[in-house]
Amino acid sequence: MASSCGCWVRDFLCSSIGRKTVMAATGLALFGFIVGHLAGNLQAFIPDHGATMKQYADMLHSKPALLWGARIGLLVLLLVHVVTAVSLAIANRAARPVPYQAKAWREASYASRTMMVSGPLILFYVVYHLLHFTTGHAHPDFQAGDPYRNLVIGFSNPLVAIVYIAAMAMLTAHLAHGLWSVAQTLGINHPKYTATLRRLSVLIALLIGAGYISVPVAVLARILK
Amino acid sequence: MELKSNIPSGPMDQKWEKHRFDLKLVNPANKRKYTVLVVGTGLAGASAAASLAELGYNVKVFCFQDSPRRAHSIAAQGGINAAKNYCNDGDSVHRLFYDTVKGGDYRAREANVHRLAEISVSIIDQCVAQGVPFAREYGGLLANRSFGGTQVSRTFYARGQTGQQLLLGAYQAMMRQVGLGKVQLLPRTEMLDLVLVNGAARGVVTRHLVTGKLEVHTGDAVCLATGGYGNVFFLSTNAKGSNVTAAWRAARRGALFANPCFTQIHPTCIPVSGDHQSKLTLMSESLRNDGRIWVPTKNGDTRSPSSIPEAERDYYLERRYPSFGNLVPRDVASRAAKSACDEGRGVGPGGKGVYLDFGDAVQRLGQKAIAEKYGNLFDMYQRITDENPYKVPMRIYPAIHYTMGGLWVDYNLMSNIPGLYVLGEANFSDHGANRLGASALMQGLADGYFIIPYTIGDYLAKTKLDKVAPDHAECNRVKQDVSERLQKLMAGKGKRTVDSIHRELGKLLWDKCGMARNAAGLKEALGKLPDLREEFWKNVTIPGSGESFNQSLERAGRVADFLEFAEVLLTDAHDRNESCGGHFREEYQSPEGEAQRDDVNFAHVAAWEYRGPGEKPVLHKEPLTFEIVHPTQRSYK
Amino acid sequence: MKITLHVWRQKGPSDAGRMATYHHEAHADMSFLEMLDTLNEGLTLKGEEPVAFDSDCREGICGMCGIVINGIPHGPRKSTTTCQLHMREFKDGDHITLEPFRAAAFPIVRDLAVDRAAFDRVIQDGGFVSVNTGSCQDANCIPVPKKASDLAMDAAQCIGCGACVASCPNASAMLFVSAKVSHLGLLPQGQPERGDRALRMVHRMDAEGFGNCTNTRECEASCPKDIGVEFIARMNRDFTLSSALERQEKAGGGGG
Ligand SMILES: Cc1cc2nc3c(=O)[nH]c(=O)nc-3n(C[C@H](O)[C@H](O)[C@H](O)COP(=O)(O)OP(=O)(O)OC[C@H]3O[C@@H](n4cnc5c(N)ncnc54)[C@H](O)[C@@H]3O)c2cc1C
Ligand code: HEM
Ligand code: FES
Repeated sequence: MASSCGCWVRDFLCSSIGRKTVMAATGLALFGFIVGHLAGNLQAFIPDHGATMKQYADMLHSKPALLWGARIGLLVLLLVHVVTAVSLAIANRAARPVPYQAKAWREASYASRTMMVSGPLILFYVVYHLLHFTTGHAHPDFQAGDPYRNLVIGFSNPLVAIVYIAAMAMLTAHLAHGLWSVAQTLGINHPKYTATLRRLSVLIALLIGAGYISVPVAVLARILK
Repeated sequence: MELKSNIPSGPMDQKWEKHRFDLKLVNPANKRKYTVLVVGTGLAGASAAASLAELGYNVKVFCFQDSPRRAHSIAAQGGINAAKNYCNDGDSVHRLFYDTVKGGDYRAREANVHRLAEISVSIIDQCVAQGVPFAREYGGLLANRSFGGTQVSRTFYARGQTGQQLLLGAYQAMMRQVGLGKVQLLPRTEMLDLVLVNGAARGVVTRHLVTGKLEVHTGDAVCLATGGYGNVFFLSTNAKGSNVTAAWRAARRGALFANPCFTQIHPTCIPVSGDHQSKLTLMSESLRNDGRIWVPTKNGDTRSPSSIPEAERDYYLERRYPSFGNLVPRDVASRAAKSACDEGRGVGPGGKGVYLDFGDAVQRLGQKAIAEKYGNLFDMYQRITDENPYKVPMRIYPAIHYTMGGLWVDYNLMSNIPGLYVLGEANFSDHGANRLGASALMQGLADGYFIIPYTIGDYLAKTKLDKVAPDHAECNRVKQDVSERLQKLMAGKGKRTVDSIHRELGKLLWDKCGMARNAAGLKEALGKLPDLREEFWKNVTIPGSGESFNQSLERAGRVADFLEFAEVLLTDAHDRNESCGGHFREEYQSPEGEAQRDDVNFAHVAAWEYRGPGEKPVLHKEPLTFEIVHPTQRSYK
Repeated sequence: MKITLHVWRQKGPSDAGRMATYHHEAHADMSFLEMLDTLNEGLTLKGEEPVAFDSDCREGICGMCGIVINGIPHGPRKSTTTCQLHMREFKDGDHITLEPFRAAAFPIVRDLAVDRAAFDRVIQDGGFVSVNTGSCQDANCIPVPKKASDLAMDAAQCIGCGACVASCPNASAMLFVSAKVSHLGLLPQGQPERGDRALRMVHRMDAEGFGNCTNTRECEASCPKDIGVEFIARMNRDFTLSSALERQEKAGGGGG
């Protein structure tokens, strides 16, 4: 057998499909976080000037073990997702050393071909995002424990809002392909439902993107003050 | 030279059984001491390589394509016969045997054909076990259909890609042995000569097509499974690379070439569309199960087919052969098409075509059912002609398709050169003067899976074979010959391309030695051949170098061999003063235009010994006797 | 019709290549390869070396041909091999770019011809059912559901041309490998080795230097035999499950 080292876990994780499965599993978990995070964000629209949001934040902070557990877990997931993505991308580049002079695409969607663009942009954004809203280093007037206020002030700067919107557009693209891709990678594909799954993937990505983007837009439109 | 067919004695249906017992065995521990060279990876070659390696022999296998899976067998569409009688319609080993001898117009060996019919049954078992996805019924059992020229349904098929699936089965079995180290695979390696040591076949000289390197490979026996020579006609349904080189090089070293004039013309091909045409495309014969063949009754009727009323259509096969109708054997169907066109009733550009009409079938079964059965063929037709066969009848015309002739072999598939075995289409053995549909695949696999593993053992066990190293004096000598010939080819810097000469040769043969032949025409062609050969050697141009991937050089070598071989083909056609099967001599026909055999003078295999260019080859006859199926005028009325 | 061809010319595997431009007169009825044949006839008569390209059956079944035409393997017509493409797909005055199938695992032999032996090596490591000649029972002993058999045939139709690799942004061979894994895995005859087969073939595929699938489905769209990525999902399943569940073979257990 080619490239076997005897340990099945290593064999699996070194293989193309194994690494793909890791991408899918971490991607799916991150997606879970993205949904949860969105639920938190949408509390901004409860017209109580951020009281519910504050409560929610306090609740999270009241259990530091859980919070840090989740944070570390997410960072590890992200790290694994990124490292695996990079290792796959390196192999993919090596697999076609000489590019085509003319290449046309028949089926591959733009989103699917640019996962390695949307992904890293998301990563940059995540770093900025943490400095902005979590640690406050990149925030003009950060007040720990008052997410609503931080958010309204943060997004009042149109440049910041636009960067955020752009990042969420990347996330949308990433998920539009990524969600269906998870199913395919995990072996879920059947003529009965694959077409639906693919459409659903785009739809969910769009809903999530719209959800996230709604917050800065609302701030800019002065609906959230 | 006496031709010993080595047909075992005893009753027909026990010959093979008895022979298998009489054949000597090689001790299992000794098998790994032998090396067998298998040239060709089609059904015959791949199945032989796999089976021999499974037994423990070391095998080296060669093909000129980039992968063994691309051998020409891949293109077979229609199916493979086997006497399983799964349809309960009266089939049996005996009937398959009978049909094949009769279908071959009584020019095949009965004993070989009987063995083929017996083995047919095991072939299907073998292929199914390998995972060949044959068509199935809803109950999960295998489906069968009837196929050109038979009245029982004994043809197994995998959509329109039976050859592909069978070949992939054999290829996979062979690749398994490559993985196990028993088979060494040498793709893009063309055999250019045969090495004889003490009169026995012991090696081949090959050229690696990418690097141009000449190599000698030696072994204890050589199997040629290099396919047919249909491309001598330039336009044929064969793959572009199919050639006679390996067989011809063996013939030049003394192997006899048997019945070269038995070439098969397939009735259902897409007609030629222009001068640029590089090959002809076959539409599976299975189409004749549902399509009806016709031409207009009036000469030169150029109306569109839909506007020709029923009464003005001549369904000539149904009219002339009421009991077989559109399903008459290939030679009969082809000739009938030719005469319709010769009478001026042909359709399409140049009047070289007849209609194959699915109008009735679509009405009877619905377009969906037809699409299910023949969808891929219809698509192929549409792609090539830009016409929709669901609406407009297909146009078809006969084309060279298969060659029954080939190197002479005995019952053990060994040629007259000891240790040189010939398998599949490359030998002459089982189809007589005409091959029935779905029988070539059967024969190729029978040879490779179930015959050669027994018979080669007998030879190896009985023969004392000294080791021959690749630097043996004889090897060097042959290698030198090959090298000189290549240099001579490369030296040509004239004004003609290889293809232009090949086209000219093809046209000459098609005109004078195609569907219908006559002595005068054959003489004329024999007269023109030396000039064409001279033209080739004087005026061909081959750019590039011999030490690299040079496709012009590859083709030139093949065409040079075709040019020599054609002489034997024409001579055989000229000297066989009878009409039989695919060999139709206009002088020998009944008043109704049917072929007339001459069993008194020509019930023999004509095996030709080549004596050099321009010299008349020498004929050796192997008489044919018929114990069971007594020759009668074939009648499909 | 007058066309302008931009053709990749490269003398050998380790030589540098370049694009060359040819003006050529073609007929709508010609096949694409016949168009190249006539181009080559012309080049030969001018004493230039003809453009090397592979083909054999010229009827879309052997898988030997394959040119990337205007950025798409086998050219603009769906479900069609290069040899089955006709010039009527193009118009007078068209510029056509011809490149070889590009992948590290498919080294260039010359011009437009590549070496696809990596595919053979993948098959050699598991793309078979281990039955020796002569050891099989009657073909009808094991019924195979028609639907399973039909689906197996859908996968088995693969002609091994490599268009999937050529079209994939990552030069991945997943479609090719999955077609064989699925063809055999769908049939009862292929069950005994199903798990092992998937493992062995995928590991070999990786070792040959093909890229990794990113589920873009470009392969499916370029496959001349319309083999779908459904089979890739199937292989992912088989591979993942058997990675976790297959037992190690006991020493002395035969195997092969
Ligand atoms: C379009 C078409 C459809 C057909 N359909 C059917 C059908 O439905 N049923 C049926 O029974 N028969 C059919 N036939 C006939 C049948 O396919 C062939 O007769 C049969 O496949 C021949 O197999 P083979 O193994 O003898 O040779 P091939 O498959 O021709 O293989 C020849 C091998 O020899 C190699 N080779 C040749 N020369 C050299 C050389 N000099 N050096 C090295 N290698 C060499 C080639 O690389 C190749 O691997 C069809 C034929 C055609 C053309
Ligand atoms: C919160 C953020 C992220 C989420 C929710 C997410 C989600 C996903 C999902 C669901 C997939 C599909 C997995 C599969 O193909 O089966 C995926 C693939 C991918 N992700 Fe992410 N991702 C995130 C961040 C990132 C980052 C930061 C990178 C940066 C490198 C990245 C790079 C990729 C790449 C390259 C792929 C394609 C991998 C492949 O198909 O082989 N992703 N992602
Ligand atoms: S030449 Fe055989 S598939 Fe194109």
